Amino acid sequence: MPESSTVKDVLSSSVECRTSPLRRFSLSALHRNSLGVFCSEDNVQECLSHISQEVSSFGLRPAWTEPGSGSELNIVAALNCMYDLIQLHRRGLRTLENMEVEQLKSNSNVDFLQLSTTRLKEQLEISKRENTGLLERERQLQLKVKSLQNCLKNEKEEVQKLQNVIASRASQYNHEMKRKEREFNKLKERLNQLLVDKKEKKQAIDVLNNIGRADGKRSLWKTEKMEAKHEGEMYKTLLSDYDTRQRELQLENAELRKVLQQMKKDMVSILSSRKPAAKGDKHEHGGTQAASEEEDDEAFDSSKESVELYCVHAREKLTNSIRLQWRRLKSHVERLDSQVSSAQTGESKSTDAVPRETHEEEMDRLKLEIQQCKDFIQAQQQLLQQLSSPCDEETASLLSDCYMLQEKERLGDEWKTLEEQRKIFERERRNFTEAAIRLSHERKAFEEDRATWLKHQFLNLSPFSDSKKPSLSKSKSAFLISAETDSSAAVAPEKFIKHRSESPRCVPLTSPSTADLYRTLCLIPEDSSTKPKRKTEHVEESSVFCGNAPVRHKRWDGIQDRTLSQEKNSSI
Amino acid sequence: MNFSEVFKQTNQLCKVSPDGKYLATCVQYRLVVRDVSTLQILQLYTCLDQVSHMEWSSDSLFILCAMYNRGLVQVWSLEQPDWHCKIDEGSIGLVSSRWSPDGRHILNTTEFHLRVTVWSLCTKAVSYIKYPKACQKGIDFSRDGRYMALAERRDCKDYVCVFVCDDWHLLRHFETETQDLAGLEWSPNGCVLAVWDSCLEYKVLLYSLDGRLLSTYSAYEWSLGVKSVSWSPSSQFLAIGSYDEKVRILNHITWKKITQFEHPAIIDNTKATVYKEAEKRPGVGSDEMPLHNITMGATLFNTQSKYEICPLPVQIPVVKPDPDRASPKIGISVLAFSSDSRYLATKNDNMATAVWVWDMQKMSLEAVLEQTSAVRCFQWDPLRPRLALCAGNTKLYLWSPGGCVSVQVPTEGGFQVQSLNWHCSGDSLILLGKEQLCLCYMDTDQEDK
Repeated sequence: MPESSTVKDVLSSSVECRTSPLRRFSLSALHRNSLGVFCSEDNVQECLSHISQEVSSFGLRPAWTEPGSGSELNIVAALNCMYDLIQLHRRGLRTLENMEVEQLKSNSNVDFLQLSTTRLKEQLEISKRENTGLLERERQLQLKVKSLQNCLKNEKEEVQKLQNVIASRASQYNHEMKRKEREFNKLKERLNQLLVDKKEKKQAIDVLNNIGRADGKRSLWKTEKMEAKHEGEMYKTLLSDYDTRQRELQLENAELRKVLQQMKKDMVSILSSRKPAAKGDKHEHGGTQAASEEEDDEAFDSSKESVELYCVHAREKLTNSIRLQWRRLKSHVERLDSQVSSAQTGESKSTDAVPRETHEEEMDRLKLEIQQCKDFIQAQQQLLQQLSSPCDEETASLLSDCYMLQEKERLGDEWKTLEEQRKIFERERRNFTEAAIRLSHERKAFEEDRATWLKHQFLNLSPFSDSKKPSLSKSKSAFLISAETDSSAAVAPEKFIKHRSESPRCVPLTSPSTADLYRTLCLIPEDSSTKPKRKTEHVEESSVFCGNAPVRHKRWDGIQDRTLSQEKNSSI
Repeated sequence: MNFSEVFKQTNQLCKVSPDGKYLATCVQYRLVVRDVSTLQILQLYTCLDQVSHMEWSSDSLFILCAMYNRGLVQVWSLEQPDWHCKIDEGSIGLVSSRWSPDGRHILNTTEFHLRVTVWSLCTKAVSYIKYPKACQKGIDFSRDGRYMALAERRDCKDYVCVFVCDDWHLLRHFETETQDLAGLEWSPNGCVLAVWDSCLEYKVLLYSLDGRLLSTYSAYEWSLGVKSVSWSPSSQFLAIGSYDEKVRILNHITWKKITQFEHPAIIDNTKATVYKEAEKRPGVGSDEMPLHNITMGATLFNTQSKYEICPLPVQIPVVKPDPDRASPKIGISVLAFSSDSRYLATKNDNMATAVWVWDMQKMSLEAVLEQTSAVRCFQWDPLRPRLALCAGNTKLYLWSPGGCVSVQVPTEGGFQVQSLNWHCSGDSLILLGKEQLCLCYMDTDQEDK
């Protein structure tokens, strides 16, 4: 009754549209009787009136005008009405279709728009990235341009400077040349004049009387002796000059040396007063030296020192000792400074202060560390030697034992875990054997069934399977699980029979040994060597056996993997 | 400070005798010898022509008057006014004339520097020195008067001849490594000869008395080089002023530069005092000038001035020289050490109004004196660290470590001080104008700012 159902639908929809409580209430009786039919023999009139109302509300000509005209239906009017309704319905459907189409269209539009927006966003993203990349490149190029411009400016300045130099030199050369030319011209003129001028004025000196020499002595002849004397005098002058200079330098040196000695004394005294115990030897030596110096007579001391320090070594010694003392004093002062600063600010010395000081301190610290490490290494070496060399047996054994202690503990732990696992294995084996027993029971039942089924088959080679089918369906339902095993069902029973024949001991009622069991279940191939790996695998599989399903084929059939996995999931 | 009256002179020829007793001046063709203290005329000599150059002999007994255009040299004696001597160079001409250190020989340089003639007044003997070089300073006598160094140019190469002034014996003759030798100068101790190249190459060579090359110094290449050279009186330092506006000081032990003094246009970051001359209106009381006996002239025509200490930074006015002209007016042209070698006064040609005083002990700038007009001449007191300078106006300026003073020269009609000379005792100054001269007697106890 599809039409009735459609009418029902329309009605229900129309009912939903017009929410008039009265109507709803009145319709509740009409609406959906037990059989889901609107009209039945008893409520025809009501149905009629209702329908006429509905139809009129739709704007269609009602099928009948008078409600009391009887239960006779104007068939023509009804048909018209129905036709009108059908038209209406079709129109509605069409509009619905159209709307659906439009909705689909709009959906597709929306999808399209979404796709396009995502695409455009991506494009925008890409172009933004490109833009930043280009901006970055532009910035770099601008920097390069600026630096090149600077270089160019510098080069231009240099070129300008050189050009200026060239220009000044050129003007100087020109000036000199002009001067020389002028002089040359004058010379030429003079020469001309002299050549023309016959009367040449000679040089002459006219002195009233000769005057004596400035120093009053008589002038001497120019002889070689005189020349030698002159040379000698010249060298004497030079030598005397060098002498005076050397004397001056000597005096200066002596002064400076005195100052250095004084400085050394002062530094030594300062350091000795500050650090009483630290650097014993050198310091004491210096102290004793100072003391000895002070003890000696001053004049004697200075002369002795000056004599000593004339040689290079003594001089070097003095300068080196000065340097050493100065370094010590400097480090001491630095330490004091750092102490003061740390006391004030609570921070350690600033890193940027004096790199050399920090560097030296770092060096000292590192040296100390190196020393410590060396000691440590030495100790280690000693210990290693002790180990390698055979000492008392007891101690050796003790030692050997004590080294293996950790490993022994670990072994113990592992042993424990293994024990636990073994227990678990035992339990599972037990379960496994019970399951195997059950399995054998089931197999027996299965065999019996099969036998009966075969018998039936054989006996009833007729197509009348309808009556039998229901009975068989029950047994078949048991086979549903192993429906996939049909392909190898032929194979497996043979094997089973074969193995069964091979191992007559395999009686389901008696609990067989694990190995026999495995062999029976054809889980183990012909070689009976049970590797522990296999064992673990079997352990896993035995856990599967909790589920009641013949899974003996799974090792040889790939098709069974699905069932195996299913059963595994179910059991585990 | 006392000022004498003004006397006439020509050609800036006015010299005090080496013993400090006499003052010789040339007026046209006359030679006037006065007593320095009384300024009374002691002797009057007449020369044959206008005197171009006048020089006292070292023993203060004779005066040399040279007339270059006539080629004549006349020598006068103070002791014997009747004694005369005339040296005629003839057609060969005369370019320069000078005494030898013993005061008995005269060295005449002929025209075109053809030769140097050595005339002996004792023996009338003549010696010739060939190929003298025509340069800025081609002849120099050592301070003790024993040796003479002469620059020679022969076959396009420079040589130095060292003569013993006693008998003009050629002691040494060596070639110098210069392109174009511009000058030579003995160190005050007479053991080192400084030789420098022309401005086209910066090169200063130091030769020992016996002709060995001790050292070469060249600060830079290509740009114009040495402009002036000066030894310190102690022979410890050699100051080299160059066209790059710097003075480089070499030391006598290593002959290496120990410092250089720069003359920047903007003075900043220095402990020196900068004195700036500021003109005062006439009629203002002269409180700042501690003059004792001022012989006031027509002070209405003369504006007073005083020094003000300028706070740093100070900008010195710079005149950029014409780049196309040769020997541009830039660089250190004047170097003067004080007598104790403590101070060095310098002048940079493109800052013509400023005189820079450097302290040689601290090797730093001590003072800068900025005048209102270009400085013409400055000279250290022979005995004290006192610098006298003049700027072509009617004032005399004095600087000492204690301070700086500007003194108006009280003369009628304005007396522009063009140059000045200290008396060898350091007690008086001879101020030379264009055609006048004036003596300024120092008071020993006045040094105020």
